[in-house]
Order: sequence, then C-alpha cells, then structure tokens
Amino acid sequence: MSALTYEDVISKYEPVLGLEVHVELNTNSKMFCGCSTIFGAEPNTQTCPVCLAMPGALPVVNEKAIESTILIGLALNCSIAPFSRFARKNYFYPDMPKNFQISQYDEPICVNGYVDVEIETDEGPQSFRIEIERVHMEEDTGKSLHVGGSTGRIHGADYSLLDYNRAGIPLVEIVTKIVPGTGKYAPEVAKAYVAELRDILRALGVSDVKMEQGSLRCDANVSLRLIGSEVLGTRSETKNVNSLRSVERAIRGEMIRHAERLNKGEKVVQETRHFQEDTGLTRSGRSKEQAEDYRYFPEPDLVPVVPDAQWIEKLRAGLPERPSLRRKRLQEQWSVPDKEMAAMINADVLNIVEETVLLGADPTKARSWWLGEISRLANEKDVAITALAITAKDVAEIVSLVAQGELTDKLARQVVEGVIAGEGTPAQVISARGIKVVNDDSALMAAIESACAAQPETAQKVRDGHLPAAGALIGIVMKETKGQADAARVRELLLGHLGQSGN
Amino acid sequence: MIKNSAAEMSAALSSGATTSVALTQAHLDRISEVDGKVHAFLYVDTQGALEQAKKIDDARARGEKLGPLAGVPLALKDVLVQKDVPTTCGSKILEGWRPPYDSTVVTNLKSAGVVILGKTNMDEFAMGSSTENSAYGPTHNPWDLTRIPGGSGGGSSAALAAFEAPLAIGTDTGGSIRQPAAVTGTVGVKPTYGGVSRYGLVAFSSSLDQAGPCARTVLDTALLHEVIAGHDPKDSTSINAPVPQVVAAAKSGDVKGMKIGVVKELNGDGYQAGVRQRFEESLELLAKAGAEIVEVSAPNFEYALAAYYLIAPSECSSNLARFDAMRYGLRVGDTDGASAESVMNMTREVGFGREVKRRILLGTYALSSGYYDAYYGSAQKVRTLITQDFNKAFEKCDVMVSPTCPTTAFKIGEKADDPLAMYLNDIATIPVNMAGIGGMSLPSGVAPEDGLPVGFQIMSPVMQDQRMYSVGAALEAALLSKWGAPLLSQAPVLGGVA
Repeated sequence: MSALTYEDVISKYEPVLGLEVHVELNTNSKMFCGCSTIFGAEPNTQTCPVCLAMPGALPVVNEKAIESTILIGLALNCSIAPFSRFARKNYFYPDMPKNFQISQYDEPICVNGYVDVEIETDEGPQSFRIEIERVHMEEDTGKSLHVGGSTGRIHGADYSLLDYNRAGIPLVEIVTKIVPGTGKYAPEVAKAYVAELRDILRALGVSDVKMEQGSLRCDANVSLRLIGSEVLGTRSETKNVNSLRSVERAIRGEMIRHAERLNKGEKVVQETRHFQEDTGLTRSGRSKEQAEDYRYFPEPDLVPVVPDAQWIEKLRAGLPERPSLRRKRLQEQWSVPDKEMAAMINADVLNIVEETVLLGADPTKARSWWLGEISRLANEKDVAITALAITAKDVAEIVSLVAQGELTDKLARQVVEGVIAGEGTPAQVISARGIKVVNDDSALMAAIESACAAQPETAQKVRDGHLPAAGALIGIVMKETKGQADAARVRELLLGHLGQSGN
Repeated sequence: MIKNSAAEMSAALSSGATTSVALTQAHLDRISEVDGKVHAFLYVDTQGALEQAKKIDDARARGEKLGPLAGVPLALKDVLVQKDVPTTCGSKILEGWRPPYDSTVVTNLKSAGVVILGKTNMDEFAMGSSTENSAYGPTHNPWDLTRIPGGSGGGSSAALAAFEAPLAIGTDTGGSIRQPAAVTGTVGVKPTYGGVSRYGLVAFSSSLDQAGPCARTVLDTALLHEVIAGHDPKDSTSINAPVPQVVAAAKSGDVKGMKIGVVKELNGDGYQAGVRQRFEESLELLAKAGAEIVEVSAPNFEYALAAYYLIAPSECSSNLARFDAMRYGLRVGDTDGASAESVMNMTREVGFGREVKRRILLGTYALSSGYYDAYYGSAQKVRTLITQDFNKAFEKCDVMVSPTCPTTAFKIGEKADDPLAMYLNDIATIPVNMAGIGGMSLPSGVAPEDGLPVGFQIMSPVMQDQRMYSVGAALEAALLSKWGAPLLSQAPVLGGVA
C-alpha cells in the first residue's frame, strides 16, 4: 500500500513520542455525584441532577477517586502536590452536560514521575525510561451515538442519541513528557509502556483497565525529525487506539505516513487522527491548527485538594510490588519456563497461584490446577476464574491431599468440580460424595479374588505370564470400588496374588 | 393580619388565634388583589401552599413540636429550584421547566414547615439591579409603581413591601438582596459566603452567589436565617461550622461598647443628599444606643466594581453554558436536518436576553487565552486586596457600615439603556460579595427630597453574622420609636392597603 517501508523511515528519521493515557477509575460512584458507575446499564439510568447538569446542581469530589489518583502518582514515581485545584475546561458538545469538563489544568495533583519499561531488542533486553509529566483527575463525558450517515460521526448523521451514564465517571489522565531516543523501537516501547501502565493499575486495583471497554484509552502523539536534528517535527495525535496491538500499529502507521509527506516536501498537519482498527491506518479528525480555546479557570464550585502528608505516606507504604519486578521474582522462585509464565499472565491467574503457593502448595501443582482443570471449567461456564466458587485455600488443600495419597488425580478432579458446583469445601465434598481412596488392602484383596473368580481364564493368562491381560481384571476391581482405589496398588496386589510379583 | 411581622404571625399560630390555612389564604387573596399591579410573582403555587398549610395545621393539632416559622408563608426567588414547581430564573430559556429536585434551601424551608407561596420575579439569571431584565416583564415598586423595586431580587422585596408575603428568600451576588431591600423599605441579609447552601441555587457567579433571608423586620430576617443556614455536604463551598446565633442577637439588639466603622470611601460624592442625611441620622441613633462610631478606610474598594464585572461575567459565561436545549428548557430550530450546533445557537439566541448575552460575551472574552491574566487574573488579585482591606478595617471595628445604595429607587426605564449607570447602583454592596463576608440592609427612613426609602448597610466579618443583627436590631428599635410606626405604613400606594 505504501511506497515506503518501515526500514526506509527509520534510516532517515527519528520518531518522538508523547503518550496520553486515560484511565477510568473503578470507584463505585461517579467523580462528582453518587451515581453508579457499573458498565453496560440501560442508557440514562445512572444519572442524577448533578451529572445531567440540571440548573443549580453542584459537584462534590469523590474522595476515593482522589486516593486512587494519588496511588497512581506514587506508583509512577511522581511528586504529590500539597495543593492542587480543579479547573473548568469550556467547550460545547452535546454529550458534555455542563458544556464544560471539570478537569485539572495548571495545578495537577501528581507531577514529574517515570516508568521504566523493558523490551527485547536486537542486542537483547533493553530498558527505556518513560518520563511522566503529570497525572491529573477529570470526569468522563457521556456517549454520543450518531445514527445514519456513512461515517458514524456527527457530521452527516440523521440524528444522534445521547447516553449520560458515562458522564462524570472518574478519569485519570497520565501524560508523558516527550519520549525521544527510542528509534526503530518506538512502536514497541509505546506498547510496552501502555502494557506496564495497565499492569501497574491492575496491581493497584484502581481500574478495570479493559481497553476494549474503554476503561483504558491511549492517545498517541507522534512526530518525526531528521536523525541528528534537535528540532521537533509537527505532531499528530491519534485517538481511538483500543488495544495494545493497536498502539504499536498506530505508531508504526503514523511514522510511515509522516515520512511519506516529509519526503514529498509536504508538511505534517497538526491534527487529531482516528485509528481504524480494520486497516491499521488513521484518518483525519479535527484540525488543531487553530487551537481550541478552552478558557480554563479554577472551578469555583470546588475547594482545592490539599492531601494530608501522613495520608500520602500511608498510601505509599501500602503500594503493591511493581508488577514487572514481581513477575521476575515469581518466575525465578517457581522455576517456571517463559512460555508457562506467559500463559499464567494471559490467563490472569498469577495472583491466585501465588496465593495457593503461599498456603503451602507446590508451585508446579498449583499452576497446573489453575491453568488446567480450573481454567477449563471457567471457560466452559464462560466466567472469570476468580468468579468461580473455588479458592486458593481449596486448591492448596486438594494438592496436599493428593500429595498424601488421600486422593488420586482423578478423584481430585471430582473434588474440584464439587467445590465449583457450590457443594462446599473439599472436605465437605469428599464426605458428601463419599469420595475416598480405597487403600485397605484386605478390601482390595477381596475384590481381586472375586474378579479372578469371575474371569478364571483371564486370571490364568496372567498366571502364565501374559501380563497385559491384567488390565481387564484391574478394570473390574476399579469398577467394583467405584474408582476410589489406587490403580497402581491394585495392580501390585493382583500380580502378587497371581504369582507375578517382581515383574 | 397580613401586615403583621412573621414573629407575630407565628405567635398567633401557636396560640390558636389563626391557622396556617387562613394565613396562607389571606396572602393568596392579597396576591390576587395587588399582584396585577406589582408583578412580584412569576408563579403562585396556590394548591401546594394550601396543602402545606393544612399539613402544618394538622401537625399542630396533633400536638407536634413545630419550629418558630411553621405555617408562616414565604415568597421564593425564582432562582432556587423547588421540585415540580416551575423555575425560570426570569429567563425564556427555562420556560416550562419543572425541576426534578429541591434545592437545600427549599428542603430546609419545608422541614421547618414554612409555606412556600410561589416564585418571585427577578432580573434574568440574577443579572441586574432593577428587575427590568426579567423576560416576563418588570416588577413595580409598591412605594411608587413607576419605579423599580431594585434587583435582581425585586420580586421578593416587592412582595414583602406589598404585604403579599411576610418572608422571602433572595440571592445576592453583588447586592441583589440588599439593594432591593433598600429601595423597598424592607430588610435583607446576605449571609457569609458558605453560610447557606448553594445546592439548587441556579448559578450566576459561583464564587459570589449567596442565598439569604428577606423580611420586614430584623427579627423575622434572623428567624428565617436560622432556618436556611447550615452546613450542606452537597455544596463543597458550604462552611462546616455552627450557624451564628443571629436570632439571639436580633432579640437582644445590644450595641453597647460595639465599634461601628464608617467606610470613608462609601459616602460623599455620588450619594444622594437624602441618602446621606438618613445615614448620618442612623449613626447618631447608634451612638446614642451606646455604640462607638469610628472611621475606617478601604482604599481598594474603588476597584471592586471593575473587578466584579470581570469575575461575575467570567463565571457566568461558563455557568450558563449548560443551557443548550439538549436536556431541558427551551428548544428552538429543531427542524428536520438541523444540527445540534445550530439548535444550540438558535436556542441561546432566542432564549437569553440582552444583559445576559452581554455578560456571557464579556466573560468569554475575559477568560480567553492571552487575556486571562490581564482580566480574570488581575480581578482575582483585586479581590484579595479588598479582602485585606476588610480584614484591616475589622481590626478597628466590629462591623462596618455605609448607605446600601447611592440613590433611592429610580424610574422604570430610566437606566435601561445605560448599563454602566445601572452597575454603579451596586458600588456599596459589591465589596461584601468580593470578600465573602456578611451584609445587611435595613430601612433608615425616607429621603426628604423624594419620599422614597433609604437603606442602611451593615457588614460583619466571616461567620460573625450575629454582629450585624445586633446592630440592625438596635437601629431598628431606635428608628421605630422615632417614627412611631413601621416605615412601610408610610408607603403611599399599596403599603396603605390592609
């Protein structure tokens, strides 16, 4: 499609990035009112006079949102401002009820942080430091659905529907300083940065960080300059980048588009562009050449945010371990191969496996239960693993029973199934279902004798040294004991009984 | 009965001499009789008022303990929302809108058993000093129907002066309670900013707006003040502290040993002779009552008006952005194929009046990139200087005083085409809003040259509202014994009608 290859671009130009990530916080209520924030409700059912901007209604700050934002700032190595303020960003749009957004302008709550991200390069793993300029709080807008017209945009639509459920959901915006020096790795560094942010936010428990639902959204600013130049090129801002893969694709695509224009002697237009998931290309949004004047001023309906220093220190002390470091630590401690580690991260079972191990389970066994049988059952029911009725404690108990020989693997699977079915703890399931390994040799011997009596010809074959015939007899015994016997032990006793011990 | 004070009505209700239904009906009758001439009300809630009155009478009959104002009727400025009752803010753009919720002031009034008669006329979105900017026509001053009743809360004050209600709620951004009180011979108080919740007060200028009590006596005003004041978690700027003991102060009216600071800059040139004469006379009466009169200076007050006309329009340009035809109120130009933007434009073009548009434009300009520092930024600095002037002056005195307005009520239409002349009316009231302190206006007599009422302004420090009530009550008592009867009984037109 394009004449230029990526290699052509990076041999001549250096990309400079700037990333703005919007995160919807997972607070129970909205930023400035008590409305619910649950995703997917009927349109306009989660609204009130405040988030509909009824005349006279006033905002009140959600304390939990401030706490979450401070946590994010601390996790990103930011300074927390002792005094910060909300500001009004004024512009008209139908899905913004007040026609101004309460945001933060020149006095954000967190400033000057950084995140280190590691990617694989031609020279092995390499770390890049992404500097954070600011982390600030704001409210989300409602959603517009433009019906009719070809573009799904407001221009050309027949009519538009407005859903204000999202209006006022707490948003945190994380803005990087300019990111130079990533060269040809720019798309991968950007992707790694967003992935790292996602992991950090998830570990903090402050957001659902679901890019596909829009609870984590990335705007990618890209500009090019000739290698060796100190002057920044004109940037474009790509919105609508809704997956990690898209971050990479969008930046790569924009780098090529910019280079094509620059090579032809054309200027890059400073504008907002929209990423197209299907083509991997961007298309022009509104031009920013005439910058919109948002007429920011301090929000007079809210008092300044003055967080208590002791509170900040308490939050800092409670910060979770950084996800990337934790992953490395666990992988080493558990001696997990890279591929298995990746599988656990993808299945989102790292936390629960760790919890199970901390309760005494063997790491390999714990991992194989959560990643294997339990994941399979979760998929079958189409629910998250954490939504199942089985806990780390249950799995640790089951692993321990198997290790002690109290359960076979097959019986253990029945116990897991029972726990998930809501029949209680492993002990309750075992007792209710009458599950137990039959390891009483005399009971087994009786079953063996009766099996041999039932099939004398088969027994004779075994006596004659034809060992594969033993399988049929073992099968009868296992059936007789309802699968509760240890098959290995049955085989041992049977062969002894038929004079074949030692084989 | 309707000429009594709210305190007297309350006593009559307690003793069983009358019922709230009878009292409410008497006021509804009075409204029917005179409001065609005065036009104080935009909406009269006959049914709602009588139902509330009946509820209070029943509660009283059951022996329930009721607050001092239970069963007493009140007129509510149309800028405060009351559930299911039309609220227009004097603007076409909200015509027909019935709010889905109660403002905190209304919640407090309802729980105190106050009977809300209806919504009173005002300058559109509280922008004006004459009530001529109402989209629904002007209110007339009961003292002289050709004159303005002040503004923006002219409807509330006129209702009091015409005996259509014994109590009223106003809001004061630059003088909208005190100036109407002054020119109608009634009492009005702007409490300390944050003393009364702004939740449900349709915002003009958020950092200046304050709802407050209006009545015909200082004590009635205090009784109403205590009903509506107090911390509200729904308003982040509401002060979390006990309400000043204003009723006790109004009852004692003791000024012995109090230092009263006369603001040098709020007197003299530009003040009508009769206004100055009444002011001097009041000072003498206060001195006789045992107060010490001192002079204080506030050099930065001269910049207050200019700074106010940057801050208030700036905030208003943002606050009024929500009136966009999308969710409530007027919608114009919604024809097939019209874009949302053109509907917004046409609705705002048709729905807002000239003064509102003027201030939106002024504020939009003042907040623009490149002008912000010179205009909004400088105005905020002036605001700090004015606060400092007050703080310094209050080191020398307990309250500060001045005439409320430079002149008595002017003629309807006289200043309609001269916004600057109109703005100058608020020169003495604006500094109080800029500093967020308390201010009261009470009648100090009539100007000999035109026979129209003159207001006396008392200013008290933040959350020391009780001081202005002490001084106000002392002055009111001294004036009453001089006049022999309340000032309103001298009103020639409607005030004389029983």
